[in-house]
Amino acid sequence: MQEHTVKAFDEDITRLRGLIAEMGGLAEVSIEESMRALISGDEELAKVVVARDKKIDALELEVDAMAIRIIALRAPMADDLREIIAALKIGGVIERIGDYAKNIAKRVGQVEGRKRFEPLTLIPAMAEVAAEMVHDVLTAFAARDPILAREVIERDAKVDAFYESIFRNLVSYMVENPATISSAAQLLFVARNLERIGDHATNVAEMVHFAAVGTLPPER
Amino acid sequence: MVTKPNQPKMSTRGVSVYYADKKAVDDVSIDIPSEFVTAFIGPSGCGKSTFLRALNRMNDTIPSARVEGTIELDGEDIYRSKMDVVQLRARVGMVFQKPNPFPKSIYENIAYGPRIHGLAEGRAELDAIVEKSLRRAGLWDEVKDRLSDSGTALSGGQQQRLCIARAIAVQPEVILMDEPCSALDPIATAKIEELIDELRGRYAIVIVTHSMQQAARVSQRTAFFHLGKMVEYGETSEIFTNPREVRTKDYITGRYG
Repeated sequence: MQEHTVKAFDEDITRLRGLIAEMGGLAEVSIEESMRALISGDEELAKVVVARDKKIDALELEVDAMAIRIIALRAPMADDLREIIAALKIGGVIERIGDYAKNIAKRVGQVEGRKRFEPLTLIPAMAEVAAEMVHDVLTAFAARDPILAREVIERDAKVDAFYESIFRNLVSYMVENPATISSAAQLLFVARNLERIGDHATNVAEMVHFAAVGTLPPER
Repeated sequence: MVTKPNQPKMSTRGVSVYYADKKAVDDVSIDIPSEFVTAFIGPSGCGKSTFLRALNRMNDTIPSARVEGTIELDGEDIYRSKMDVVQLRARVGMVFQKPNPFPKSIYENIAYGPRIHGLAEGRAELDAIVEKSLRRAGLWDEVKDRLSDSGTALSGGQQQRLCIARAIAVQPEVILMDEPCSALDPIATAKIEELIDELRGRYAIVIVTHSMQQAARVSQRTAFFHLGKMVEYGETSEIFTNPREVRTKDYITGRYG
């Protein structure tokens, strides 16, 4: 990518990209740690995840301010404009992803009888795919890589399949043993949150594609 | 002269313009529609102003200038047909970078053209043309009580609108504007841009501008020129959000050169 004649413009865009990368990195860590906390019942770690969400929220405000500043002062055009609008929207989506991780962390103390639930081995595998989607879509954003963005979109089907499987599994637990309903319902929400994270990563991938080439990716 | 439906107002094919041996415009083919404002953008020396001036034979006044290719107005070749140049410049009017009112009264600035082209019979008709032209140029309310004042006594923005009124007065079909706002402050610029928008549809308008923001604001079609060639031409909203050519993108995003 050739540099702008006005170097401060490049510095602004670099700063904006840095903020998005930082947000994404935090969200990714939160997904992983919320999983570890869930599996081991580590409520201290869950609190760390909850606390981190404030930092993610603050970064989103910084992204908004930076994007508005660039639009006002630099009047960006073409791919620059698309990238800044994408960053503005991506900031909002990552904030939501952070909220889902926080929500998972908040449920850690409400799951009992961990060893009984077979889905507890499936959920971390699902989380891994979702977290990887978040990671890769931000790599795609940084590199303006529409091909990687499309790969991320394709992976969402995997997350959806996990959700279906976990859903059926948990329902069967609830049917067989009503005493598990409360915990199983909590795990169902966890799986649902992960499924939403996958959807949001997909949305980000569409924006990355748009920023990179000016069109949305072809419908799946 | 009536433009047939679906026929562009002006149409150029393979137009090159030379100053002596130097090729300033290289093989430009473009259709200028009557319903839109068309903007020409590009770095200094890219040939956009030279090309604009070729559209009403303004380059004829430069002895070394030579035009190749065809430029048609309503299907008629403006260089090779028996078209009268004075008549052509009435049909294809021009507004320049620096406002250039005649050192005469405001009234005379407008009345001069219609008078020499015989567009008015008698004083009453001439008065009507002057008022209508000044109204269309959004200047009437500001000058109606001092029509006998000198045109040069107006502010820069008013002078430019006076020049637009003067161009309108001879009932042109096309108005060419060569950086019409580059000598004006932002408020006067906004007034000219608003005027351009009001005139859109009534005349085919072509504007050369160094301000990409201005091109984005006032035009529906944009052509990007570079090193004498027309690199890209298309819908303004497309050019500024998703240009096809890398050279266009580098220029409009501020990466050129």
